[in-house]
Amino acid sequence: MTSAEPAEKLLTPVLSASWDDARPWTLATYRRHQGYQGLKAALAMPPDDVIALVKDAGLRGRGGAGFPTGMKWQFIPQNDGKPHYLVVNADESEPGTCKDIPLLFANPHALIEGMIIASYAIRCDHAFVYLRGEVVPVLRRLHAAVAEAYAAGLLGRDILGSGIDLDITVHAGAGAYICGEETALLDSLEGRRGQPRLRPPFPAIAGLYACPTVVNNVESIASVPPILARGKEWFKGLGTEKSPGFTLYSLSGHVTNPGQYEAPLGITLRQLLDLSGGVRAGHRLKFWTPGGSSTPMFTEEHLDVPLDYEGVGAAGSMLGTKALQVFDETTCVVRAVTRWTEFYAHESCGKCTPCREGTYWLVQLLERIEAGEGVEGDLEKLLDIADNINGKSFCALGDGAASPIVSSLQHFRAEYEQHLAERRCPFDPAASTVWADGPRPGHPSATEREVHA
Amino acid sequence: MTNVELGLPALPAPPYPEEVRARLAADAAELIGRYPQARSALLPLLHLVQAEEGFVSATGIRFCAEQLDLTTAEVTAVATFYTMYRRRPAGKYHVGVCTNTLCAVLGGDRIFEELQEHLGIRNNETTEDGTVSIEHIECNAACDYAPVVMVNWEFFDDQTPQSARKLVDDLRAGREVRPTRGARLCGFKETARILAGFPDERPGANDESGAGGAPSLAGLRLARGEALPGTPGTRVVSPRHEEPRHEEPRVEEPRHEEPRHEEPGQEGTEA
Repeated sequence: MTSAEPAEKLLTPVLSASWDDARPWTLATYRRHQGYQGLKAALAMPPDDVIALVKDAGLRGRGGAGFPTGMKWQFIPQNDGKPHYLVVNADESEPGTCKDIPLLFANPHALIEGMIIASYAIRCDHAFVYLRGEVVPVLRRLHAAVAEAYAAGLLGRDILGSGIDLDITVHAGAGAYICGEETALLDSLEGRRGQPRLRPPFPAIAGLYACPTVVNNVESIASVPPILARGKEWFKGLGTEKSPGFTLYSLSGHVTNPGQYEAPLGITLRQLLDLSGGVRAGHRLKFWTPGGSSTPMFTEEHLDVPLDYEGVGAAGSMLGTKALQVFDETTCVVRAVTRWTEFYAHESCGKCTPCREGTYWLVQLLERIEAGEGVEGDLEKLLDIADNINGKSFCALGDGAASPIVSSLQHFRAEYEQHLAERRCPFDPAASTVWADGPRPGHPSATEREVHA
Repeated sequence: MTNVELGLPALPAPPYPEEVRARLAADAAELIGRYPQARSALLPLLHLVQAEEGFVSATGIRFCAEQLDLTTAEVTAVATFYTMYRRRPAGKYHVGVCTNTLCAVLGGDRIFEELQEHLGIRNNETTEDGTVSIEHIECNAACDYAPVVMVNWEFFDDQTPQSARKLVDDLRAGREVRPTRGARLCGFKETARILAGFPDERPGANDESGAGGAPSLAGLRLARGEALPGTPGTRVVSPRHEEPRHEEPRVEEPRHEEPRHEEPGQEGTEA
């Protein structure tokens, strides 16, 4: 796929702008890129004005649900005599999602600055980063960046002479997708099994230790400092009216150049593919997810859907985490959905029956269909079980488990039926591998790059 | 009366030897002190005992319970919920192969099969020499680098069956391997200690392997007008609006600009 079309000024690196500079994870480099200028601006304003500014800018949560960030802050009751907490959700585990981890690896100070601003706004003096445990390189950089911030007087007592105190505790999880659900995350951070809580009360009223708590995604918080430094009008000038701003789109799968593409909200997959070299040479798009495996899948007919909250919603899916997983015609959709379903079954926390039992039975059905042992009525049974999970489970994990099944049956029912009729999977998994057609251009495999120094 | 072996652990579990207990208790006190409520330190404490023994033993569970004034049943309930806590010893190098959908389709399934055949062990088993254990893992947030292999939770990106086989051969032979993203490897126990919340103290470890590989920088390079491999090299400038609406600075920073000097006395003391 080539791009002879006029390359419409599509990309806007903000969070990623420093990533090719020298040691961008350090405070010195971060400061060269307007680092901690947003904090200075925030500290010059009353906390309520900071909340109002973030709200007026229209920043919406980047972790999946898209809830307005400033509104979450505003829900925190003030002068209630209780401690307030900020908890950053860095448990990035949604299949396909890979934005917060590279962001924190390259630029952890963007998060720390955002956390200081958010803590100032909600009057919190102890904030937490809940980082999934399986990413030690990121944990290492977060530890170092927090230490650097303390040494520079950006954390601790009387930050920059403002009279404001803030401690940040970096907390490593231990492997549980469900902890990305904000109330499960809070239970986990309290030293318990990560199981979701009944809401209400919402975390803004009774969160960590039953105190008012804001839980925000990494990218949401990291997007705050540029808004303070450059103004809400600048932010609203990017993206669309209801989905303003910039965001990280993560392109992966059967594409020529997988990676992070920071752009205003509302770009389309067609535009991103045109820019980045398209689907891998000699192949064509079959299906893709707009925001991780829990968002109903799209096909070629959705290439021009604006990738913002409203656009993707109107087309029947969700923007989610903007994890654009692209699969070409060599991929068996039944295999893909089976694997995702195995994931949901493995990660179901066991608290509610529809999800715990439903995901188990979905796996049994899908595995036998993929193996060519499905029987008549299996597809109806799949839909029936998915319907008994979707909207009827305790948290969104169950809804997510139903999404790939329902959407794939909507778009590719014939492929499921082919598995039943032929009593086998008609695809060759070897054809889907990255090495099937030789090395990707400019994307040497590990063997060629000699990682083994 | 005959003794019936049920394979259950003897209870109560034996405690750590006193010198171990005292050392870990000091570490535990530091971790507990980081939280407003002590129980929040349970996950870090479980990483800590895993750092001691390479897995979470009944003795480790007893230790955690004592530090937090919980029952061993309460600690066990937590320890068994999370997949990173092992109930049997891991190898010195714990190799995780992502077999969630995207990595699996792009080759992760083949890589995992290859490693099982090559090492003669199956999922969650360890080689006889104790050097390598393998596990198929869920999505590790590196899909743009697929297929992905983790060793002691450091990233080995863009793997093939051949590269993965060489990787485990080198690990078993004691040859140094470098992750594509992350620091040179330490053992599984040392990694668990970092997870408990004690920063990696090896000089320079934090600066190893740069800010990310080609996928992390793909969009930035395009925005700078550079061509990506396999693209016709169209120049892309940001932002997309025809006319700049405001006098705000450009979105992107000039590359390698001179460091701006901070006004003195405003940012506190740096280091």
